[in-house]
Amino acid sequence: MIASRNAERVWELLRTIPDPEIPVVSLVDLRIVTGVEVTGDGVHVTLRPTFSGCPALHHMREEVERVLRADGFDPVRVTVDHTKSWSTDELDEPTKDRMRSIGLAPPPRRTKDLEADLAVPVQCPQCGSMSTRLDSAFGSTLCRQLYLCTACRQSFDRFKPL
Amino acid sequence: MISNAPLVEFLTALADDELLIGHRDAEWTGYAPILEEDIAFSNIAQDEIGHGLVWYSLLEPMTGKTPDQMGFERPSADFRCCRFVTYPRGDFAYTVMRQYLYDEAEQVRLESLVACPSTPVRDAAAKILQEEAYHLLHSKGLVLRLGSATEESHGRMAKALADAFPQALGMFEPLNSEGQLIEAGIFPGNASLRVRWMDRILPVLRQATIPVESLGSHDATMKPDLGGRRGDHLPHLAQALSDLQSVYQSEKGASW
Repeated sequence: MIASRNAERVWELLRTIPDPEIPVVSLVDLRIVTGVEVTGDGVHVTLRPTFSGCPALHHMREEVERVLRADGFDPVRVTVDHTKSWSTDELDEPTKDRMRSIGLAPPPRRTKDLEADLAVPVQCPQCGSMSTRLDSAFGSTLCRQLYLCTACRQSFDRFKPL
Repeated sequence: MISNAPLVEFLTALADDELLIGHRDAEWTGYAPILEEDIAFSNIAQDEIGHGLVWYSLLEPMTGKTPDQMGFERPSADFRCCRFVTYPRGDFAYTVMRQYLYDEAEQVRLESLVACPSTPVRDAAAKILQEEAYHLLHSKGLVLRLGSATEESHGRMAKALADAFPQALGMFEPLNSEGQLIEAGIFPGNASLRVRWMDRILPVLRQATIPVESLGSHDATMKPDLGGRRGDHLPHLAQALSDLQSVYQSEKGASW
């Protein structure tokens, strides 16, 4: 009974830790947390990276340790499973809405054909126009790509579909 | 069940290839001919180094060495990357051609691993393939455009292929434990991967109007640039590692 209450508490705390690059979404929203195991007072959290080379993972790991320790969990162990796949298709609609709210266009549903996925029209998160074009499939971070809105003449980022 | 040694050799070669090509790609950060390419190659570099991390992390339980120790503490003779990924970045044509030839090779290699009996290897290959789709789309697109854009770009891409091709064959240099790895079903072997690779690059290079006649058929007579897989490297690797390892070596064990 106590263990299950504590696992709930862990998930609750993890939901308060923002992604360092997209602060309106949490590590739980991003589906980065793959496992929570509570044993006595201790906890073991497993994370997976979004993109393999994501440099924010270090920071996330430290934040998880810090927040759980501050709540009294001891020992806190955080491991990263680098082999576990992650896809933007796992993100839910509220998470995508929060991305829009900071001017970040959310990722589209994936098919097997990346080129076709990148050709699907994207709505400008600033003015709502569909007159946009992909400037670069890459961007300022591994999980972003660069678009230009030809209506409001602003560039914007889109979360890179994976 | 396969003993660890062949798998360690195999994964070390994969990881070292990724780390070194990533390092060479990163040398374009701040220098690429246009901003979009600067961003693209910086991203690709970060991805490739991330893929190196994936493979090094799989090695950790077998070797007891952390990814940092693998990347930053080994001397060049212990690296098992092919020589191809150690060459200096060259001009942009060479960079694009190398990346394209490498990306296609990585595709066939990773696709072959999706059937590997080792679950973590299979999972890692599937994860990396997802991300690699962006690299191939980018490098193939540039080869197709630059191959036939102007007389100068055509000439430079043709020269880049002539320079890079014998080096690229070194990606398929057999490993010491090649036979054991094939027998255990880990991967189909480098000779087979090389045939699949040729089948993919030739139509693209032809479409890009880059001359391929001199490359010969599947049994290219051209002398492949071998040695890397047994630790026999050109001075380029030591040079790259002295840059790559300098900060870590200056204060071993420092935490960030």
